[in-house]
Amino acid sequence: MAEAARAYLLDVRNVSKRFGGLTAVRNVSLQVPAGTVYGLIGPNGAGKTTVFNLLTGVYAPTDGQILFDGTPIHGRRPHQIARYGITRTFQNIRLFSDMTVLENVMTAHHLRTAQNIFDAIVGTGRSHREEREMRERAMHLLSIFGLAGLADEPATSLPYGSQRRLEIARALATRPRLLLLDEPAAGMNPQEAVGLMDTIRWIRDEFSLTVLLVEHNMKVVMGICETIQVIDHGESIATGTPAEIQSNPRVIEAYLGAC
Amino acid sequence: MPVGRKLFFITLAIVALAVLDQLFERGFGDLRINPYYARIVSLAGINITLAVSLTLINGLAGQFSIGHAGFMAVGGYAGTYLTVYHGAAIASFLGGTPLEGPGSVLVMIASLAVAACAAGLAGLVVGIPSLRLRGDYLAIVTLGFGEIIRVIILNIPAVGGATGFTAALPITSFFWIFGVALLTIVVVRNIATSTFGRALGAIRTDEIAAEAMGIQTTRYKVVAFVISSALAGMAGALWGQLFANPLNPQNLNFVKSIEVIIMIVLGGLGSITGAVLGATTLTVLPEALRTFDQQFPGLRMVLYALLLILLMIYRPQGIMGRRELSFAWLRRSTRDDGPAAPAAGAGKDAADG
Repeated sequence: MAEAARAYLLDVRNVSKRFGGLTAVRNVSLQVPAGTVYGLIGPNGAGKTTVFNLLTGVYAPTDGQILFDGTPIHGRRPHQIARYGITRTFQNIRLFSDMTVLENVMTAHHLRTAQNIFDAIVGTGRSHREEREMRERAMHLLSIFGLAGLADEPATSLPYGSQRRLEIARALATRPRLLLLDEPAAGMNPQEAVGLMDTIRWIRDEFSLTVLLVEHNMKVVMGICETIQVIDHGESIATGTPAEIQSNPRVIEAYLGAC
Repeated sequence: MPVGRKLFFITLAIVALAVLDQLFERGFGDLRINPYYARIVSLAGINITLAVSLTLINGLAGQFSIGHAGFMAVGGYAGTYLTVYHGAAIASFLGGTPLEGPGSVLVMIASLAVAACAAGLAGLVVGIPSLRLRGDYLAIVTLGFGEIIRVIILNIPAVGGATGFTAALPITSFFWIFGVALLTIVVVRNIATSTFGRALGAIRTDEIAAEAMGIQTTRYKVVAFVISSALAGMAGALWGQLFANPLNPQNLNFVKSIEVIIMIVLGGLGSITGAVLGATTLTVLPEALRTFDQQFPGLRMVLYALLLILLMIYRPQGIMGRRELSFAWLRRSTRDDGPAAPAAGAGKDAADG
């Protein structure tokens, strides 16, 4: 089974997170195979966003291990985790509000630059070359998301759906291997949600990504996820294909309450 | 910019500064600058360095430091100490005294370097613990730091204690004041327009998102803070060695720090052009208002305060807002169809996705 263990890009082993007396996440394990779209669902307050915060280093787990491609990453700082290749979007959009659309994406490219601050102060060839490359890559990402024409607009002037797409573009600029999407379809109308599903599938293939998403829109989750894991009260209650999850009595109970 | 052109501009700047420096010192024919005006121009130059360096930390990185005068004091006393106690020895390398001959150039450079290092080091010591945290800690720590430095200086007899560093040699000249101001503007501008400027902007707007995008927030805040402090230290060395200007700890208390903050807020927080305008305005304005002194003593400061209040009511974003006066901006504002041009490509780009 050594082969199979290696195939998991993200391997979360028995992770718990306690805030004082409150256990937000209890003994959750999560195995995400490389190249899949993996869904994490659960009722409000189930601990999904806490799991995201544990994965991205916002919180350190109280117990357990998180392995990314075999490397332990629990307890690392968010910027270190971004360097390993995990980036996220936020449930309540967190764009850099006083920057333009283009600058938002270029800012996220910063992680992959080689220059130091003296290159920038002196204005060395390296800093100019990287600046040009960053701009080109950012424009390329924007054109993928149909935002290139709005490159010089303030990021916050975009409509809500476009801001969500810009956040994904920004996340991709850090060149992740694992993309975490926190409720990407929130606030989108049904058409936009269908468009988003196509986009997620497309970027997964184009950038050879693995996608882990938290989502309340069941149409989206059932439509694109190969595997779904259900969390309730901080505990994992089921893992399986969309069809298995839809017919699982524990899941139905968690969502509809005890009958 | 290619290296050749860079060297050309540096040479041009040095020549221009040297020519202006001579005009400033000796006048042109019979025309001589009034020493009172000369002093205002010198102070404006030093204040430009202070304001632009503070822009880096308060304007670009969005941290709130209220201890700029403290770093100015560290640099000022360190740089002046070097000139007073080792100036003659340093000058003798190239010949001359700290005040004259080729040795004087070396003394000034050494004094500025020591000032920058001392203030930068102080910035590092203050910055590392306080910039790890988000929020107002930096304001409290820098305020305290400024006062601690002041009290320490008061108790060092070698630098004059409470009477001020009266042994200071007046080696500061127009050339060095505006040379350092220019250097500060170039350094801060190059940081602001680079990927580091965007990283600082990200920290200013949303630290959580900045971290998630891989930006080492603490490190960049500290680096910006150290550079800002070092530049303030150089301003301190210039200020302390200005003609007839004994360094005195009472002149470098938190009121001076607040004055620099007012300059950058007035000019437009985050704008380098704004910082230059704010520093110039706030140096010249109180002096210009002296004309009222003879008829209505005391009215000067009332008018000064009133003007600041009115400006903040009618233009709360400051003179420049976040904008910069640049060639690109001039081009954009003189051409009406500017923003429409990129929008035309929108449809085509969308089709690609």
